[in-house]
Amino acid sequence: MKIGAPKEIFEGENRVAMTPDSALQLQKLGHACLIESGAGAKAGFSDAAYAAAGVTVVPDAQSVFTLADVIVKVRGPEPSEAQMLRDGQTLISFFWPAQNADLLDRVKNRGATAIAMDMVPRISRAQKMDALSSMANIAGYRAVIEAGNNFGRFFTGQVTAAGKVPPAKVLVVGAGVAGLAAIGTATSLGAITYAFDVRPEVAEQIESMGANFVFLEFEASQDGAATGGYAAPSSPEFREKQLAKFRELAPEMDIVITTALIPGRPAPKLWTEDMVKIMKPGSVIIDLAAERGGNCDLTVPDQKIVTDNGVTIVGYTDFASRMAAQASTLYATNIRHMLADLTPNKDGVLVQNMEDDVIRGTTVTHAGAITFPPPPPKVAAIAAARPKEKPKELTPAEKRAQEVAAFRKQTRNQVALLVVGGALMLGVGYVAPPGFMSHFIVFVLSCFVGFQVIWNVSHSLHTPLMAVTNAISSIIILGALMQIGSGNWLVVILAALSVLMAGVNIFGGFLVTRRMLAMFQKS
Amino acid sequence: MDYGFTIAAYLVAAILFILSLGGLSGQESAKRAVWYGIVGMALAVAATMVGPGQSLWVVSLVLILVGGAAGWVVAQRVQMTEMPQLVAAMHSLVGLAAVLIGYNTHIELARVAGMDQAARDALSGFAGVIAHKSGAEVAILRVETFLGVFIGAVTFTGSVIAFGKLAGRVDGKAKKLPGGHVLNAAAALVSVVLLVVYLNTGSTTALIGMTAAALFIGYHLIMGIGGADMPVVVSMLNSYSGWAAAAIGFSLSNDLLIVVGALVGSSGAILSYIMCNAMNRSFISVILGGFGNTTGPAMEIAGEQIAIDAEGVAAALNDADSVIIIPGYGMAVAQAQQSVSELTKRLRARGKTVRFAIHPVAGRLPGHMNVLLAEAKVPYDIVLEMDEINEDFPETDVAIVIGSNDIVNPAAQEDPNSPIAGMPVLECWKAKQVFVSKRGQGTGYSGIENPLFYKENTRMFYGDAKKSIDALLPMVE
Repeated sequence: MKIGAPKEIFEGENRVAMTPDSALQLQKLGHACLIESGAGAKAGFSDAAYAAAGVTVVPDAQSVFTLADVIVKVRGPEPSEAQMLRDGQTLISFFWPAQNADLLDRVKNRGATAIAMDMVPRISRAQKMDALSSMANIAGYRAVIEAGNNFGRFFTGQVTAAGKVPPAKVLVVGAGVAGLAAIGTATSLGAITYAFDVRPEVAEQIESMGANFVFLEFEASQDGAATGGYAAPSSPEFREKQLAKFRELAPEMDIVITTALIPGRPAPKLWTEDMVKIMKPGSVIIDLAAERGGNCDLTVPDQKIVTDNGVTIVGYTDFASRMAAQASTLYATNIRHMLADLTPNKDGVLVQNMEDDVIRGTTVTHAGAITFPPPPPKVAAIAAARPKEKPKELTPAEKRAQEVAAFRKQTRNQVALLVVGGALMLGVGYVAPPGFMSHFIVFVLSCFVGFQVIWNVSHSLHTPLMAVTNAISSIIILGALMQIGSGNWLVVILAALSVLMAGVNIFGGFLVTRRMLAMFQKS
Repeated sequence: MDYGFTIAAYLVAAILFILSLGGLSGQESAKRAVWYGIVGMALAVAATMVGPGQSLWVVSLVLILVGGAAGWVVAQRVQMTEMPQLVAAMHSLVGLAAVLIGYNTHIELARVAGMDQAARDALSGFAGVIAHKSGAEVAILRVETFLGVFIGAVTFTGSVIAFGKLAGRVDGKAKKLPGGHVLNAAAALVSVVLLVVYLNTGSTTALIGMTAAALFIGYHLIMGIGGADMPVVVSMLNSYSGWAAAAIGFSLSNDLLIVVGALVGSSGAILSYIMCNAMNRSFISVILGGFGNTTGPAMEIAGEQIAIDAEGVAAALNDADSVIIIPGYGMAVAQAQQSVSELTKRLRARGKTVRFAIHPVAGRLPGHMNVLLAEAKVPYDIVLEMDEINEDFPETDVAIVIGSNDIVNPAAQEDPNSPIAGMPVLECWKAKQVFVSKRGQGTGYSGIENPLFYKENTRMFYGDAKKSIDALLPMVE
């Protein structure tokens, strides 16, 4: 297959979907590569570099669309580009199918297969093609750099001969990929970084990046994580609480970077006008959500504005494009991985396997039909958090019923034991002579007393208990003492031996117990 | 022939013994309780020597003192770690004494039976008591004697084997002769047959035959029980020695013997029950030895054991606020309790919370660990039972497992096919970090692989427990 990358015609787009490096890798998959002359110029890749990597440089977009079987792009196709697609051709680019229904229609009508890089499901296997993440990473980094560019002070605190420099305080709202990248960049520049997210489980990630998690006291803290690890919209009460916290933080913060996005919705307004008003002059707000309306009330997309009180608000939507070389490298690699999945046999033949979660999920038009939205992936994106088990609260009535039942059971057991025990006693008494019975009563009562007493012995004293019971079991010496006066010499010897052994036991047993107990002491 | 004074003294002694056992409910009252026991014993022996045993009392006293001196010396010299062996050895003495006294009764019985009425009337002491028994009473006496000898003999050999296993002189693994429990059952059956024979004839041969069978049962039964079950075995033998004393008490018509025998017997029985509960095993399965058959393969264990050195452990301890130490038999073997105590002292001096978690069957005796820690002067109020501390592990920074294995095995909860499934265990893996001090990579007494060692938050601190802890001490300051 021939894979072709046209020049991006969208205003201000500097990236390119194929780099000389990715072209080399694509050729290993059995593909041939084409590129429009000058496509990589803004990202720093010259035609010569492509040619050296074995890419055929063609003069215009028309030739790319005519010659190539697969078109790789960054931005979704403009109408003029879509018009050039033909039946059986495959287009790989960002697409935003939910927002671009007419584009979807157009591509379908052309009979081309469209693979949307923004639809890559969030499963482990697909991470290597997750262009959104790789672009967000760049945007997060660039946001901090952009902020530094507009911020008149150091990030890091310094004590110099010329005076003390306070460290910058950075607040990152939304700890997705972009947010975390921003946190990492800001902390490594030396700023004191705070971060907030509605998903309490990301606190750990935030802290691992070196920022302080802004903790929001909220009762019955809602679970802000929806499927796929993205944030879900929050309740009005929660939002109020959140804004109150931001208002509290606003005067202290030098730089605010907002990255809050909810899939399929306009960006939530989190940084209101009054917050901007109470910020210090010279502060900077970087709104990474500007493309979707912005998290800040005052954001103007694609522009940098300065408010009356001297706060700079940056609403650029092309942070990734501003780092075209890096962004192109990463994006081209994502594309290359996608193509590797599409050519499983590495023979240069595309296999549109609609059973595959990733391919099915990203394919939005195929064989003259719209295949968007895709069915949910078969593999769960992220293991669903186990619902917390709550111990069932018993009502007083249930408790009472349980107690009564337990009491009844106990009574039944005791009565049953007493009846069985009593019957056994009677049975023994029926056959045994009275002399035996008087001893037997003593025996049974002693067992009873023994059971009652021993249950109270504390666990830690079990060894001393054994030593004591061992010592007192040498009470058997009494028997030997009674027999030792016998007229039979054999009895005397045996009894004497018994006395001796029991003597060892009495003294040994008690002494050992004393030694053990003496050791127990309170702190 | 009646000694009212002796009976009264027996009553007082019996009450003292009961108080003595009851006093063991707390560490402080226990110290008083021992004195109750000692006074009770002295009273009982003295009352017997001036009463029914007054002939040859000088000889008796000398023998007691000689035996006592021997017992004294042994008790003074014994290491606290050797306590299990000592207790087992002492049980064997009681068992043997019961056998000898039973034989005496038999000999007296045979002697009296051969006398005419006049000679019988002339008899005094114990023989006199027997001489005045009626036919039915003689029959009962025979049963009692027979039982006393039987239990005594089982206790004797059982305790000797238990002693050998605990002292390491006999291999601790469960071993059975070919035939297994069929042999025990056969021996028991023979004993029952011999009982019938003895009841009818009073034959000495039957008694000796039964003794041999009982000795065999004691030997074979305990040989078939593995080392990990020793706490149950020791308390079971304790119970037997009590029942033997009670049976002898019946044959001698001595109520104090019966009372004390019953107390000791029930005490041992309860202890065995508690131990079995702690291992989630029925008494029967412990007695039958080894671990029961389980269905299905053991759960696969993923991961690897990651070792750590003393510096790493010390650093973690220095950073920790709360520490829980879980001692096991390995600590007793390595005699590491003093080092552990020193470590505890240092950590506590730095304001850290240090506590000990004791599993009911840790060690080889019920309460074994408590005694060792007490010996090392670890205050008993930071030594907690499993139920008291199990909930605290998730809030604990560091859990240190010293020489215990099965009692911290998560397989008991996680793997339904594990031989120890369902056994209550110390949930130390819930702590933020777990260090396991262990000699090598082997398995515990039950021979089960321990998934704890493969957990992500577990680090293996290989080496002799005492040396390992000693290496830590200078770094924890």
